[in-house]
This record gives sequence, structure tokens and C-alpha cells, in this order.
Amino acid sequence: MATNTDLLELDGISKSFGGVRALHDVSLTVGANEIVGLFGDNGAGKSTLIKIVTGFHAPDSGTITWKGRRFEHLTVQRARELGIETVYQERALADQQPLWRNVFMGRERTTRLGLLDVAGMRAETEKLMLEFLRFTSKAVTPESFVGSMSGGERQGVAIARALHFEAELVILDEPTMGLSLTETRKTLEFVRGIKDAGRSCIFIDHNIFNVHEICERVIVIDRGRVAGEFRPSEMSVHELVEQLRHVAETGMLAGARG
Amino acid sequence: MTVVRTDASGVLPRRGPKSFLELASVRRYGLQAGTFAMALVLWILFAVGASETWLHFDIYSSLMSTVPLTGIVALALTMVVIAREIDVSFGSVMAVGAWAFVAVGQPELGLVAGLAAGLGVGLLNGIIVVRFGVPSLVATIGSWFFWAGIVLYGTGGKGAGTDFAAGFVTNLVTGRIGGYVPAEFPWMLGIAIVLWVLLNRHRFGAHTYLIGDNEQSARMMGVRTDRVRIAVFALVGTAAAFAGIATTLESNYFWPTTGSGAMLPTVAAVFLGGTSIFGGRGTIFGTVVAAFVIGAIEPGIVSIGWTGLLTQVIYGAVIVGALIMQAYVVRRVR
Repeated sequence: MATNTDLLELDGISKSFGGVRALHDVSLTVGANEIVGLFGDNGAGKSTLIKIVTGFHAPDSGTITWKGRRFEHLTVQRARELGIETVYQERALADQQPLWRNVFMGRERTTRLGLLDVAGMRAETEKLMLEFLRFTSKAVTPESFVGSMSGGERQGVAIARALHFEAELVILDEPTMGLSLTETRKTLEFVRGIKDAGRSCIFIDHNIFNVHEICERVIVIDRGRVAGEFRPSEMSVHELVEQLRHVAETGMLAGARG
Repeated sequence: MTVVRTDASGVLPRRGPKSFLELASVRRYGLQAGTFAMALVLWILFAVGASETWLHFDIYSSLMSTVPLTGIVALALTMVVIAREIDVSFGSVMAVGAWAFVAVGQPELGLVAGLAAGLGVGLLNGIIVVRFGVPSLVATIGSWFFWAGIVLYGTGGKGAGTDFAAGFVTNLVTGRIGGYVPAEFPWMLGIAIVLWVLLNRHRFGAHTYLIGDNEQSARMMGVRTDRVRIAVFALVGTAAAFAGIATTLESNYFWPTTGSGAMLPTVAAVFLGGTSIFGGRGTIFGTVVAAFVIGAIEPGIVSIGWTGLLTQVIYGAVIVGALIMQAYVVRRVR
């Protein structure tokens, strides 16, 4: 299944925690400029899988291949250097700080004197706001507090931040959780922005409608295994729901290709 | 489908904020502006009530020698509070620094030894809080008593003169520039400027704000939060040792109880200066102004004819009042 356009390839990944098997022989790929959905119940192993990709956990066995380079495991630092960025559920934002400080959180730009390049970071934040976020709803400036923004806007900031730092693969962990319908639409627009920017995305969401709408390919994880995958363009949401019911009962997609 | 990207012109429409409290500058510096206004009101009150005192240079010369003794510690403590921690042990650390200074008995080496002792105690505080996970209030209450006890035990309760330091070091720390301006004042201003740069124009300060605001976020984004948190405690320790040495040189005598009265005015200066007890917010400028307001309260109330015994009452009221204001602003503004 792996082709030379694959950005990320996981092969035979297994991981146990103190005798509890979280992942069993999981193999999957993410193509260049592809939005891949990861769908599965709570405790199915999605989080563990993501943590292996972002370097928080090392797999017990299996390999990770990134642009043709094979790794036994990644570290957080290495994953970042490669261009893998995660947007966490909590979005990792600091509410009382201005937007520009959030965009550059932990990666502050400095001048040759070792001092913060405040003007430069503000200007880049402004550019990011115009080009990616397109904040139109209210007076948002690089000095605005992130805490005063809506859930969708905050999600946008987190995604924009990842893209700004040249992430080639953005992992979104339940980005629409707790958001209103309008804010969810906004967030999905930002996910499309990842595709438009020529990057890839792993999209994790419990909402089957969101997954069906935004993902080009969906991988279903069930009890630590890949139950199968499908292309939303080839089936309706209703067929999809039927398939997932089947997975819940049998652990496999009906007529699965996986 | 809703299309969000309707703004083809790429120009952000900027509507004005809805209310005064929503102005970014008001939200950021409102508390500091309040402190500044309070300083002005107090000054006018004192200047009218006791003009012979407050319209002459002497009182300011006096404030310039007393305020920095707590102000320098308050400046460093501002960083700790922004990082959402607290340190109440600085009074004892003042004594530790001063004791190390006189115990060495050689002025230059003593200065270095005193500062190093303060740095050491500060680092230890930081390590207890960060590595062992003890809440900073509890940890530093313990360290407050512990180090005060060590100094009392080590000195046998006896003080010592500072004649050995007469000359360069005494002039450096507490001399009178041009015969009038106490050296403590430019020291405080210099330290304020250095800390301002650190806080506003350096990664260290950026990370201090982020940690105080949301430590978990900062950690997830690669900020080395443990190091920064330990460092701010080390900063307070060093500043406290310097203040302790200055206090000792100013009175030409080391008392083992040095710093025991520093708690109230120092903490009051930080909170009155608008630094948030909830972390993530605070300014150096606010602390500088507030330190002088706090320092002016005692001579002020005495000069207008009240009793100096009221000083503590007012300090306490100022701390609680400032914290109520903060809680109010946090609720209204978020």
C-alpha cells in the first residue's frame, strides 16, 4: 500500500502498557497533502497511536517511516524537527497573553542581541491573521487576548501556528469538541486551509458528519487494531454509520479493504 | 455551506471595542494606571496636609534610601508572582545574605559570598517547589522559618559592625551620590530596567508570563518550565541577599533579625503594583510605583499628624484592597 508519495507510514506498530495491549500490529499511511481521518471509540487506541507519531511514546515493535526515512521510534523533539505538529484538545494556548505571544509560544524569535524580536513577531502574526485566519468578525489584533476569542478562532490560531512553523503533518485531536455549530464550521474551514497550504492532516473527531465531510480517507481503529479504511467520497454518511455499527459488532468493516 | 472566507479584500475591519473595559490597553495596564492614580492622590494629600515635609527634597532623599531596601526584592518577587508562584522567605534570605557578608569580613569577597548565599537559598526554594512539587507558599513559609533560625543560631543572636566594608563597597551600595542621592535608588532603577528587559524583551520573561498563565500549555509547546520556575526563585534569593546587605550597610550594623519587617511592604508593593495573584500578568513599572507608594505611607501618615502605629493597618488594607480589585478585574474582563 505504501507508495513514494507517502509522507508517513506506520508499519506493524504494537504497544502495551503494563500488560494491557493498546495497539496491535497497526499499519497505516498518510499521503502527501492528504487529510486522513482517524475514527474509533474512546479507548480504541487513537491517542496512543498519535502519541507514538508525536514521539511521546516509543512503540514496542514496528517502524515509523517519514518521507522514506525509517525510525524505530521518534522523540518529541525529533517529530517537531521533521515537521509533525499536534494541535491538542486543550489547544495549548495562554488566555491572558496577546495573540502574537501565543503564536510564537516556546519558539520566540530573537534578534542578534538575544532579545525578543517583538516587532517582527507582531508583523508575522498580523500577516498570519490576514492570510490564514481571515478574522472578520470583530476587532482582533496581534495584541488581542486569546481568551477573548471564540472557540473556532482559538482553534484557528492553534492550526495557523502549526502551519506557520512549517508543519507538514498537522495532527488535530478532536478539534471540534465543545464547539457550537458555527464554530465547528469555522474549524473545518481551517482544516481545509491545511489542505490548501499543501500540507497533510490527521483528523480525529467523534462526529461522523465532520469526518465524512472533511476527510479524504478514514481509518477506523477498533480495540487497538485497524478495522479498515474507506473513502467518504465513495459512500454516504448513512452507509458509513452502518459500516461503523458493523465494526462495533464484529471488529471489521463489512467488505473492508484494510 | 457557510463560507467563512468572505473577506476578499484581505482587509480586517476594525470595529471599536464595546466598552472601556474591553480596550486592550485598559485590560493590560488598568491596574497599573489605578496604582499610579493612587500615588498621585496620596502625594497631593500629603503635600497639602504637610507641605513643609513633602515640598522639600529631604523626604525624597530619605525615601530613595528606604524604598529600594524592599523595592529591589519586590521587583524580583514580581517575576515569581507572574509565574504564579509566591515566595515569602525573602525576609530570612536578607538576613542570610547580610550574615554571609559580615561573616566573610572582607568587603568585596563578602559581597560576592552574600549574593551567592542568597542565590543558593533561592535555588533551593525553587528546587523544593519544582522538583518535589511542594506548593510554593508552604515551601517558602518553611524556608522562611528555617533560615531565620539558622541565622539566629549561627550568630548566637549577636550582631556585628560593618566597619570592615568602609570605603568602596559601602559607597557602591549605600553611598550618597553628589551628597544627596542614595546609591540604593540608582541600584533599584538599574535592577528595574534589567528586569524589565528580561521580562518584556527576553525569552525568559516571555516564558515566565506563559507559565503563570497556563503552565501545561507552555510545557506542551516546548517551554522548559521547570528551569524558568527555579530561576525566578533564584532571582528573588539573590535580590533579597543584596537588599539585606544594603540594609546592613545603611545602618552600619548587622542585626540577625535583618529583613524580619520586610514581608508586608514587599508583598504589598507587588500586589498594589497590579501583578496578578492569579499569574500571567504584572509589570515592573507597577511594582516600582507601588513600592514608593507603600514606602511613603508611614512617613506620610506621621507627617500629617496621625500615629505611625496605623502603618500596618494601612499595609494590610492595601494588600487586601489590591487583591479584591484584581479578582474583580479578572471576573469582569475575561
